[in-house]
Amino acid sequence: MRDDTISQPRTEAFESTSRTAFESFNPALAAELLVRFIREEVTKVGFERGVLGLSGGLDSSVVAHLTARALGPENTYAVLMPYRTSDPTSVSDAQLVADQLGIRTILIEITPMVDAYFERFPDADRVRRGNVMARMRMLILYDLSAALRALVIGTSNKTELLVGYGTIYGDMAAAMWPLGDLYKTEVRRLAQYLGVPTRVLEKPPTADLWVGQSDEEELGLSYDTLDALLVGLVDRRLSVEALVEEGYDEALVRRVAEMVRRSQFKRRTPLCPKISSRSIGHDFRYKRDWGS
Amino acid sequence: MRFKIALAQIRPLLGDVARNLTRHLEAIARAAEQDADLIVFPELSLTGYYLEDLVPDVALDLARSEVVTALREASRTHRMDIAFGCVEVSEDFRFFNSAVYVSQGEIVHVHRKIYLPTYGMFDEGRYLASGDVLRAFDTRLGRLGMLICEDMWHPSSAYLLAQDGAHILLCLSAGPGRGVRGDGKLGSVETWEVITRSAAQAYLLYVVYVNRVGFEDGAVFTGGSVIVDPFGRPMARAPLLEEALLVGEVDTAEIRRARTFYPLLRDERLDLVLRELKRIYARRYHLTASDGGF
Repeated sequence: MRDDTISQPRTEAFESTSRTAFESFNPALAAELLVRFIREEVTKVGFERGVLGLSGGLDSSVVAHLTARALGPENTYAVLMPYRTSDPTSVSDAQLVADQLGIRTILIEITPMVDAYFERFPDADRVRRGNVMARMRMLILYDLSAALRALVIGTSNKTELLVGYGTIYGDMAAAMWPLGDLYKTEVRRLAQYLGVPTRVLEKPPTADLWVGQSDEEELGLSYDTLDALLVGLVDRRLSVEALVEEGYDEALVRRVAEMVRRSQFKRRTPLCPKISSRSIGHDFRYKRDWGS
Repeated sequence: MRFKIALAQIRPLLGDVARNLTRHLEAIARAAEQDADLIVFPELSLTGYYLEDLVPDVALDLARSEVVTALREASRTHRMDIAFGCVEVSEDFRFFNSAVYVSQGEIVHVHRKIYLPTYGMFDEGRYLASGDVLRAFDTRLGRLGMLICEDMWHPSSAYLLAQDGAHILLCLSAGPGRGVRGDGKLGSVETWEVITRSAAQAYLLYVVYVNRVGFEDGAVFTGGSVIVDPFGRPMARAPLLEEALLVGEVDTAEIRRARTFYPLLRDERLDLVLRELKRIYARRYHLTASDGGF
């Protein structure tokens, strides 16, 4: 029988004490904050529109929903950029989400541009090819950003940002990352709350850079475990030893901690030498929202 | 004595003092239509919060600033006291996160933020100097005290102002939200509710908490400005996340009533507090009689 008198008191204020990412997550509140975030950060720098790459996957579908709510469907542009090896359902799922929201879609095949480049490097491995695809999509989004006067709304989430599972200056390139403080497991809960189609919710996460690619296979562990470990290391500031005590495999915890460390460069602006009296990246400090 | 206090839950622009002044004057004019006797703005209301290297650019010399003159003039023409937040530069060129109280055309009091949060998402100590005076002050509305955001997290701040005779405690804040919780609340919002209510109840005074709204580089300021009565009851509360001008009434008879029910201030043992603090102070800093004592 549960004895409330000895149950653990709620001591959490805003330091995370929960053991999993989603234990203390509320999708309605998160949606409200993220919608306001997009609306305010887009409009106060003089824009009305947002443009995003819509892959038919979970993250970009959620960002499409949030952006449509924040800026209105008429100001939300979804760009579908399949490569010839992309799963055909990617485009149809993306279209499904776009139709659901009433947002405009622009379909641009990246196959001719990517293949033209690799004629010069026919032996390039799939990592190089995947990076070029991601950066080709970035190029298109930033071109359309200028053409449409729309800010690029990024789709990276906290999990992939922390472990570096993204292409720098590729899919990571954006004016903002609305999902940048949400773990993948939280994004999934947010997607359910927002009404993202079940098809999209249920398919296995993939970067879709080559046939049969799977996030969880490539990372070598499930998002549930990865998120729990990241919550431990980052949000709860626990040591590797403390997480091992909670029952996680030591080699796994160390591997995840090492992924976070090794990918730090992706989360920072480029290194700049310090040789003058005031230097970018050192002691010339202003927020992006300077003056707005 | 009854009077009306307007809580200006605004969204300051980062580093644009001129436009922020305009917004202040607009809020003052609207509060005047509702016969407010005092309007309270948030922390750094003239400048925005995450200033970093903008600090020296937006700093005001309070004695010479035309911005301050405009607000002093507004206090005269509208017959309304005004508490606002700004960066103050001192004669020796230190920069303070200050709360300024003007009334009938004059500066009545300046509080320089004492506790500058420099941890986690905060970096104030890198850019700002810490104030070292904490005083209640007399106004036409009675004896007041002012605190700025983090000051309020140190219970000794409200304690000292209460012992110094404050009947109303103004807390100017730029409190960012964090900690989405399963129950749909933000942890930081609940913490502020607890802090403001417990200060009002423990010290038997009105707490007027004014928090800004809006985003700066992804950080969200949550609003939720409130007047808490001397029994610790929230009276009027502004919405979360939205700009608002909330006008609430304060009645000093309530302070008398609260202090009659709960004569905590009468029973406070300042002599004991002082004696024990001296002992703790001496021990912490290893002082002995040969150091000249305390």
